[in-house]
Amino acid sequence: MAFFLAQILNGLANASALFLVASGLSLIFGVTRVVNFAHGSFYMLGAFIGVTLMEMLPGHVGFWGAILLTGLAVGLIGAIVEMIVLRPIYRAPELFQLVATFGVILVIQDLALMIWGAADRMGPRAPGLRGVVRLWGEPIPKYDLALIAITPLVLLGLWYLITRTRVGILIRAATQDREMVGALGVNQAWLFTGVFALGSALAGLGGALQLPKGGADLLMDFNILGPAFVVVVIGGMGSLPGAFLAAILISVLGVFGVTYLPQSTLVLMFVVMAIVLIVRPYGLLGREEVAGEHGQVGRPEPPIRPYGQTARLVVMALVGALLLLPLVAETFVQILVIDIVIFALFAASLHFILGSGGLVSFGHAAFFGGGAYAAALLVRHASAPMEVAFLLAPLLAGVLALGIGWFCIRLSGVYFAMLTLAFSQLVWSVAFQWRSVTGGDDGMISIWPAAWLSDTTSYYYFTLLFGIGGILLLRHAIHAPFGYALRAGRDSPRQAEAMGIDVKRIQLAAFTLAGAMAGLAGGLFVFAKGSVFPTELEIARSFDALIVVFLGGVKTLAGGVVGATFLTGVEDWLSRLQYWRLLLGLLIIGVVIVAPEGIVGAVRGAWMRWRGSAPGLKSKGGAAT
Amino acid sequence: MNLHRRAILAFAAFTAIAPAAVAQEGDPIVIGEINHYTRMAAFAEPYRKGIELALDEINSDGGVLGRPLEFVFRDDQGDPAEAVRIAGELMTREGAVMLTGSILSNVGLALSSFAAERGYVYLAAEPLADSLVWTSGNPYTFRLRASTWVQAAMLAERAAETDATRFATIAPNYAYGTDAVEAFKENLTRLKPDVEFVGEQWPALFNIDAGSEVQALERAKPDAIFNVTFGTDLARFVREGGDRGLFDGRDVYSLLSGEPEYLEPLGDEAPEGWTVTGYPWYALEDGDPGKPFVDAYEEFTGETPMIGSLVGYLTAVSIAGAIEKAGSTETEAIREAFEGLTVADTPIGELNYREIDNQSNMGAYIGTLAVEDGQGVMVDWEYKEPGPYMPSDEEITAMRPAE
Repeated sequence: MAFFLAQILNGLANASALFLVASGLSLIFGVTRVVNFAHGSFYMLGAFIGVTLMEMLPGHVGFWGAILLTGLAVGLIGAIVEMIVLRPIYRAPELFQLVATFGVILVIQDLALMIWGAADRMGPRAPGLRGVVRLWGEPIPKYDLALIAITPLVLLGLWYLITRTRVGILIRAATQDREMVGALGVNQAWLFTGVFALGSALAGLGGALQLPKGGADLLMDFNILGPAFVVVVIGGMGSLPGAFLAAILISVLGVFGVTYLPQSTLVLMFVVMAIVLIVRPYGLLGREEVAGEHGQVGRPEPPIRPYGQTARLVVMALVGALLLLPLVAETFVQILVIDIVIFALFAASLHFILGSGGLVSFGHAAFFGGGAYAAALLVRHASAPMEVAFLLAPLLAGVLALGIGWFCIRLSGVYFAMLTLAFSQLVWSVAFQWRSVTGGDDGMISIWPAAWLSDTTSYYYFTLLFGIGGILLLRHAIHAPFGYALRAGRDSPRQAEAMGIDVKRIQLAAFTLAGAMAGLAGGLFVFAKGSVFPTELEIARSFDALIVVFLGGVKTLAGGVVGATFLTGVEDWLSRLQYWRLLLGLLIIGVVIVAPEGIVGAVRGAWMRWRGSAPGLKSKGGAAT
Repeated sequence: MNLHRRAILAFAAFTAIAPAAVAQEGDPIVIGEINHYTRMAAFAEPYRKGIELALDEINSDGGVLGRPLEFVFRDDQGDPAEAVRIAGELMTREGAVMLTGSILSNVGLALSSFAAERGYVYLAAEPLADSLVWTSGNPYTFRLRASTWVQAAMLAERAAETDATRFATIAPNYAYGTDAVEAFKENLTRLKPDVEFVGEQWPALFNIDAGSEVQALERAKPDAIFNVTFGTDLARFVREGGDRGLFDGRDVYSLLSGEPEYLEPLGDEAPEGWTVTGYPWYALEDGDPGKPFVDAYEEFTGETPMIGSLVGYLTAVSIAGAIEKAGSTETEAIREAFEGLTVADTPIGELNYREIDNQSNMGAYIGTLAVEDGQGVMVDWEYKEPGPYMPSDEEITAMRPAE
């Protein structure tokens, strides 16, 4: 019994930092609808700034003062980031802002490396709170008890702010209907900045408060991000009490997991999230999302149409150029183009469900990596010939997508995204932990193509055939009645239902097709690299695809392909420099601000203006990319 | 569509920046080096400085085969697929004659497989996975550092000398952790058949819930603990375990914890009395072959060396030795030169690469942790050659895929 109680106290202490970070994330999402990937970076900044301040300020006052000052400092940084990066792009398509916050992550990563150096920092001890007290004979660190006391105080403070002050009323109103708040004359810009600063300050506080139990290092931004999102989603996006409950639930379950199921450390919270979302689609205390605004923010979308004469010629010329490339270019250019084509197909498959279907998947890597793993497993364990393994890759990835999609398409918006994320984490953990079959994180190596493809140039043509073929197939699907039905379901599910379209079934079919195409990309990938590792199933891989789709332009058909080409090319070039992530981050932020409709969208807009026609009114042929 | 074309043009423009290097007399000999410079900067930077020191010495001595030796350093972000692409680029475009690099085992394995397929020589300097030279070994891959198996076996030997019989283990939940625990168990059980393993903990890498792990270990009531966690996980584990009295009266055997990369961040909280493998550069005395390296490194960089610095230095020295022995920069010649290569007068004495599995004889320092002047140090340490801890030649031949 004593052990049990000690475990619960442990879980409550762990919940503290998690709650602070998650509550900030939830608050920001609730009001601004920004899915802030950079929230972990604010947490990391909090830790580093906290360490620095604590080293300068001595004693009790210094320690606690440093924590408060850290909160203020990180809040200020958050406000600056919001004003410079996010304010110009609130009118962009929903979730577009996450690309900007991704740029912020890269910038903060390199700035932290420059300022604080690469070495890990141990957090200073809280004065007077070193050591343990014994409760029921079990040792409990004193600082844990301090944390357990602080968290409800913060929650109470937030509760007072939200329910008892004018600012709180505005925040709640904006969470429910931000257009209406704006229409009533509230200065939205400052409200958003204020909330963003508050959310960042909470993350910074969390980073500083955990110092005596840990420290500051350059990996903590990504490490906290997963759990923080899980907590926000389980609690219900935008709900502070929900975040509090969920933080405690996750932390306490985590403690029991460590004790009774030590191998479970990687997946437990994602399993919990999947179960909660399947049972309660909007989290514990969340409300149904106000009607999705996908496809309605910003300028109306011009109707899609097949390419005109000019555009067709350009595409054909381009493909022709790619076909002739091996005659003039060295081997490495072929290798780079192979990588670009594979990534472009992967991105196009995500773009297909995201752009045309309105289904934002945060877990698309499950199918890319799934395809790669399927092929590799067939080669390794069934001694399948390369050709057979390759053809089965998209098929098996499609089956996986069908299974996962069956659970996910019941949800919509961010909840859909988070459930796909949870499932992709499950797939990842299977690949990661089932070592006897998948090789664990040592992966599967020596998966090379058949002899007739082993030459780089042969494989180059093979990749062009299937990569471009796959992209064209997806394009064709968009222009087919199936694509029209899919977009109808995205823009107005009710009207689509009324017209006799089974929206969910169409969505499931689209999800499966996208999964299969991602699997095809994965099949190309594994034989190009000769090996596959769980990294191909990681969240980061899903986000890569997401970023390029937004960067290229969600509301354009070529967005995924162009974004993938752009990012792979730029990264390959920039990564030769020392602080290249800083440059890449700034570049992404720049592109996002200059071209809130994505690269293709911006180019199309410029083209339209040049041709003298307002977009969406009477577009002349040939430009609808 | 404008953009399509524009992107391709831009892309073509910057791929044309560096013309393919054509090796000529007097031109530098280029080695391709790939590492996790952004993802694991704390480890990769000292390693790089070790290489730079070696290059400085080699080139001021007239270089290799009368040509200067040059490393091209590239960042792979810890991503195996990225590393493979860069490897291809280094070999086909930058005119590299062989590859080296990587700290993470999975990236090392990806590079090793790629090297074998394309017929490039790859020296895996840092990765610890045993499979690199054993179950997944190939003729083109050579490895410098003492592997997981060897270091765990050294600790198991020490553990077998005590009367502890109940052991608990804690290791990060990934390949390196599982391999290390397996190796420790196998070696300890062989040396001392009556040991009992009463608990296994598997925290997520760099995401440990130290309080709970300590509680769970305490609950198993072990006599001794085998620890594999490192980096921030180690710091948290040490702090929680120390506070909660987990280490009182218990022996702890800990892999790599004596390496400056992990020991220095712990400061005065370094756990006294732990038996660890590491690198006690501060305690090397005149006459020890490692001492001149430490002095030279401190003078060259203004910093104290890490184990990565030593590994980097030995990497460059090995490569220079192999090319000198090969007498040419052709892959086959370098590969053959590496087999059974001997380099005299290195910081670990005579360095050589075994013909049987392409593994070098670099060993490990094993000792006990103590705190001196507010900093953890290894005391009562000794340097051990890996030979006695290796499986027999027959076992290794059986493990390695037929060549």
